[in-house]
Amino acid sequence: MERNIHDKQASWTLIFVAWLLATLSTLSSLFFSEVMDLVPCILCWYQRIFMFPLAIILLVGLFPLDKRVVNYALPLVLIGLMFAVYHCFLFFGFIPEALQPCSRGISCADDSMELFGFLPIPLLSLVSFLFILILLLKARTQA
Amino acid sequence: MKKNQIIIAAVVIMGLIFSLAAYFYNAEQTQIQNQRAEKHARSLAPFHAVRKGDPQAKVTIVEFFDPACGTCKEFHPVINDLLKKYPKKINLVARYAPFHPGSDQMVAILEAARKQSQFWNVLDIMYESQEFWVINHQANAERFWGILKGYGVDINRIQQDMQDTKIAEIIQKDLADGELLGVSKTPTFFVNGKPLSSFGYAQLMSLVQSELEANY
Repeated sequence: MERNIHDKQASWTLIFVAWLLATLSTLSSLFFSEVMDLVPCILCWYQRIFMFPLAIILLVGLFPLDKRVVNYALPLVLIGLMFAVYHCFLFFGFIPEALQPCSRGISCADDSMELFGFLPIPLLSLVSFLFILILLLKARTQA
Repeated sequence: MKKNQIIIAAVVIMGLIFSLAAYFYNAEQTQIQNQRAEKHARSLAPFHAVRKGDPQAKVTIVEFFDPACGTCKEFHPVINDLLKKYPKKINLVARYAPFHPGSDQMVAILEAARKQSQFWNVLDIMYESQEFWVINHQANAERFWGILKGYGVDINRIQQDMQDTKIAEIIQKDLADGELLGVSKTPTFFVNGKPLSSFGYAQLMSLVQSELEANY
């Protein structure tokens, strides 16, 4: 019984931190586009599509704790992570620019994606998706 | 602390940080924008630009506009009302910022119409019929010719005059000045050289009012 409560506490904390990360990422992304007027490129849009709902569904899973939320969140995280990996490859030049899908509008490998001149936004996204993935996988094994 | 309280606290803190960051970012941008406008004040109203209203007026509104821009269309009557309300006190300088694809053609039509003293007339027609020649954010000059018929404008002469290479130079000059002044959206207004702190009808009106009070 006690172990059960302890487990519950641990998975609550893990999901809570994952939600914090997702919400922070969502707000930062909104800050870039709405306050700083940086236009999101197409790959950014796909990552936003899979990040924004995490801020909502993880929160729903915390009120009260429902560990099944991990199952619903994981597909989003995995797909978002794939886009982030692809975007980083593109940004750091592992994939030639000519192959990128966003030839119209904003370039996905543009310099404007570097925050404060050194932090690339695609890398932030990758790190965020990766940490959320690890936290949720950990919460899953808590059962 | 209860879990629910932790979550609520987290939401409140993140919301606060976001608002504060936005506030400080905007304040800084406003300052940068003001300095920019001050530094490049000479680029605001060059000799070649189109003017409207009393040249002696002490309040000058400079508008960077794009004939294909919907918000410019909405602000067009607003500016006209101001000029009508204060005919001796306010004048207007119109600058081009053809950001939409194909808009440079529309600007060329305007410049050609200017040679027949039909600039404002043709601009009115453009705004009025905007939905018919702007398709999917793309300006389509071909669709405009049919609309222009029957307004007493010499279309053949416009089509001839708009080939003038000077027009391309004017557009380039306006775009370059816009870049110096930090114009990235249309319409962008400067009142006596001062940019709006943030975009909006109320902000424009209050800036115009304060300039009127300062000069008259």
